[in-house]
Amino acid sequence: MSYIIKGETGDWEIVVGLEVHCEVISKAKLFSGAATAFGAEANTQVSFVDAGFPGMLPVINHECVEQAVRTGFGLNATINKKSIFARKNYYYADLPNGYQISQSDHPIISDGYIDVDLENGETRRIGIERLHLEQDAGKLMHDQHPSKSFVDLNRAGVALMEIVSRPDIRSPEEAGAYLRKLRSIVRYIGSCDGNMDEGSMRCDANVSVRRPGEPYGTRAEIKNVNSIRFVMQAIEYEAMRQVEVLESGGRIVQETRKFDSVKGETRSMRSKETAVDYRYFYDPDLIPLVLDDAMIERLKGEMPELPDAKKKRFIEEYGLPAYDAGQLVAEKDIAAYFEAAAKGHDAKKVANYIMGDLFAVLNKLGKSINESPVKPENLGRMVDLINDGTISSRIAKDVFAFMVEEGKSPDQIVEEKGLKQVTDTSAIEKMVDDVIAANPDKVAEYKGGKEKLLGWFVGQTMRASQGKANPAMLNELVKKKLDA
Amino acid sequence: MTDLVELTISEALDGLAKKEFSSVELTKAHLAEMEKARDLNAYVLETPEVALERAQRSDERRAKGTAGKLEGIPVGMKDLYCTKGVRTTACSHILDGFIPPYESTVSQKLEDAGSVMLGKTNMDEFAMGTANLTSYYGAVRNPYKDKTNPDKFLIPGGSSGGSAAAVAAGLCMAATGSDTGGSIRTPASFCGIVGCKPTYGRCSRWGMVAFASSLDQAGTMTRTVRDTAIMLGAMAGFDPKDSTSANLPVPDYEKALTGDVKGLKIGIPREYNPDKGLNSDVRHVWEKMADKLKAAGAEIVDISLPSTQYALPTYYLIAPAEASSNLARYDGVRFGLRVDGKSLDEMYTNTRTEGFGKEVKRRIMIGTCILLEGYYETCYLKAQKVRRLLCHEFAEAYKKVDVILAPAAPETAFGKDDDSTSDPLKMQLYDVFTVPCSLAGLPSVCVPAGTSDINGLPIGLQVIGNSFQEETILRVAGAIESMSGMPIRPLRMGGK
Repeated sequence: MSYIIKGETGDWEIVVGLEVHCEVISKAKLFSGAATAFGAEANTQVSFVDAGFPGMLPVINHECVEQAVRTGFGLNATINKKSIFARKNYYYADLPNGYQISQSDHPIISDGYIDVDLENGETRRIGIERLHLEQDAGKLMHDQHPSKSFVDLNRAGVALMEIVSRPDIRSPEEAGAYLRKLRSIVRYIGSCDGNMDEGSMRCDANVSVRRPGEPYGTRAEIKNVNSIRFVMQAIEYEAMRQVEVLESGGRIVQETRKFDSVKGETRSMRSKETAVDYRYFYDPDLIPLVLDDAMIERLKGEMPELPDAKKKRFIEEYGLPAYDAGQLVAEKDIAAYFEAAAKGHDAKKVANYIMGDLFAVLNKLGKSINESPVKPENLGRMVDLINDGTISSRIAKDVFAFMVEEGKSPDQIVEEKGLKQVTDTSAIEKMVDDVIAANPDKVAEYKGGKEKLLGWFVGQTMRASQGKANPAMLNELVKKKLDA
Repeated sequence: MTDLVELTISEALDGLAKKEFSSVELTKAHLAEMEKARDLNAYVLETPEVALERAQRSDERRAKGTAGKLEGIPVGMKDLYCTKGVRTTACSHILDGFIPPYESTVSQKLEDAGSVMLGKTNMDEFAMGTANLTSYYGAVRNPYKDKTNPDKFLIPGGSSGGSAAAVAAGLCMAATGSDTGGSIRTPASFCGIVGCKPTYGRCSRWGMVAFASSLDQAGTMTRTVRDTAIMLGAMAGFDPKDSTSANLPVPDYEKALTGDVKGLKIGIPREYNPDKGLNSDVRHVWEKMADKLKAAGAEIVDISLPSTQYALPTYYLIAPAEASSNLARYDGVRFGLRVDGKSLDEMYTNTRTEGFGKEVKRRIMIGTCILLEGYYETCYLKAQKVRRLLCHEFAEAYKKVDVILAPAAPETAFGKDDDSTSDPLKMQLYDVFTVPCSLAGLPSVCVPAGTSDINGLPIGLQVIGNSFQEETILRVAGAIESMSGMPIRPLRMGGK
């Protein structure tokens, strides 16, 4: 199934490649010892290296290198034993050296892929061209003074991984799925927190359109989109815009565009003709980055189980359907919660409670899975109580609500609230007899052929039992008594 | 007692050890000499308070018996080295009033060795120049005189011209220099002193204002080879703050000075002896010294370094390219000069227009241009290929010889107002013998070898060694020094 734009002159396919900047989780910056905490007071996390003082020299932070290598494994990519840092030269007040140290033709990671699951159950493989390490810039503040701009260099020099996909993405949905999967991978690895709203993950989208089967069209680059939803919107808008331009006889110019999330449209920032020549050249202050085999092997050995492997294992080990497994592994903490809750219990049922009732509650409370008021072991235990007939699924709803409110174990709640299911045949029989005795007219109607009333009797008896009667037994008994 | 400013470092260390004089006395003698010789313009900043305070502490350390390698020795510091709390400008207007909050590794090591900083020496702006004529603080005068025209204002060579003049005139016992394409060796040759550019990576570049990072190397300027050995030993060494510094132990360079060249193979590259572009007085000193070395037991080997002719254009592509990027940080935003404008771009333009001198601007423009798409491939990448070729040719040569002997400059010190000084292309020709080994990162020491039979000015020869073979080049330089008959005492200004 493919995403096709039906134009006036025929079908158009969209071609998208994404460049994602991930801020590397590390204690210090890429080339200086300065700290990297988010939200610190302006210019308190700046070394003389970051501020571009005379005679200051960069020294690679191996913690950042290791994060890049780990991420490379997560992207099923080639780890390049030798990579080279280059300078990207341009002037701006947030760039103290007048150049950004980046990697050009010899990135640390190349040629990988990630598989993304689509809503229709299909899986698409998106190629990764490269991942390279580079420095972030500082931040300009224009709202602090009527005539001056202020510079905050806290972020200047913080390590970024720029992850460039191949132009394999064919729909806004795929772009969204790619970003979610990428975010999931870096979070599993712990190389980036993936928070797009804090700017620790930022996305540029290269968008073009073409007739199916034809060569790539000219692309526009949409810069710095800060949420997955906006990336999807921007691609959709931009593709439509390009189709309209082409169908009205125009040409697409290679340019940089900005996405306006309020108006939901993209606008031109600068064209290729006015583009900056960054005068890349290898940074003579740094030697080529050479990774030794022992380090690569060590990092490989330390790799956590990633979403794809975990999903496969959840299907095999817990008998989960592929869709459920995919949902549960998307976030590492949810997967961990699931495993804690499902171990030794009915995993399928646990999964359903997590994806249904628990997600709904967390959503309502605005809490993360780690802040869940329901402990995973309690959820597992509740499923046991359902399965061994101690409570019915209906009662389970109440037990769950009490667990959310009180945080107690389901056994304690069942005990305290007297929610134990009645499975004693004679007790249920007595309640059925009482209801039949109290409603002779209804009995007559039933016997006269109004069989639908069976449900009414069941309901009345259940109410009399305060919901605690075992529903299956109750059904059977009511029918037996009425038909007698 | 000999006048203190005339001592060599090794003599002074002896005298200090024997308590014949104190570091404070030695320092005061030099401060007085500096005052007498201000017309040389060798220092752009004198720091007598810093000097006397350090001399005082040095005497205290010596009294406690904890003397360093350069304990109590007064030195000049090229203004390229960032010195904590002491103005550092690289002799550029754009670094007006810049007082570094940190100390360069090299100057720190010298301080740790016990040396006493007398002040910051003059230099070409950002080390870009061959004659010390591009300094924002004006030209430096070479203490030597052309005997055919004694009133002529002679340049000291560049870019470490202030250091060279100060050492030659006894305004310090030694000084730091830096060499990107000859900035230590050319002034050493012109001022009759010993100038050593060690192997790239031997000394840390941390805290040294950058010109061209892949070429810049700190080095020494002294009056004797032994002093060079002592000072280099104090300056050199691995620095984790400089990714290009070499993680190798520092040998005892003084021990290498055996004076013995017997059996050493000394290469004479024929490409350094062109029909045009090498003055006869320099050639004469070179040939005579080769003969003397042969007589002392060395083997003179004729060698060829065919790509030498491409070294100069290669250097003048690579060095400006790196400089254009290294100097981008001088933008008026964080330190140094700022000339306001209506917009950020205008402020950049105004600041850099006023802050940089003509030669620096010329090199920034050339460097910017050759990194642009198109030129990058045809100029920059090609230059890098030639650089690798040069390295290869040197490596081949060192399979046959131990060191290479060559002139450092094609002629003796020239006049400040000579015609050539206004032509940047002619000025570049002075680097023709110094840039090849800079491109190859090889160590080279320039040592006085004789005087011109035309004008009586000193002529230095450089001994170029293979990577990290500083011991071998100093050994040969020591032999040359002893055979040259050149004075090791300073040329005093303003009388004794």
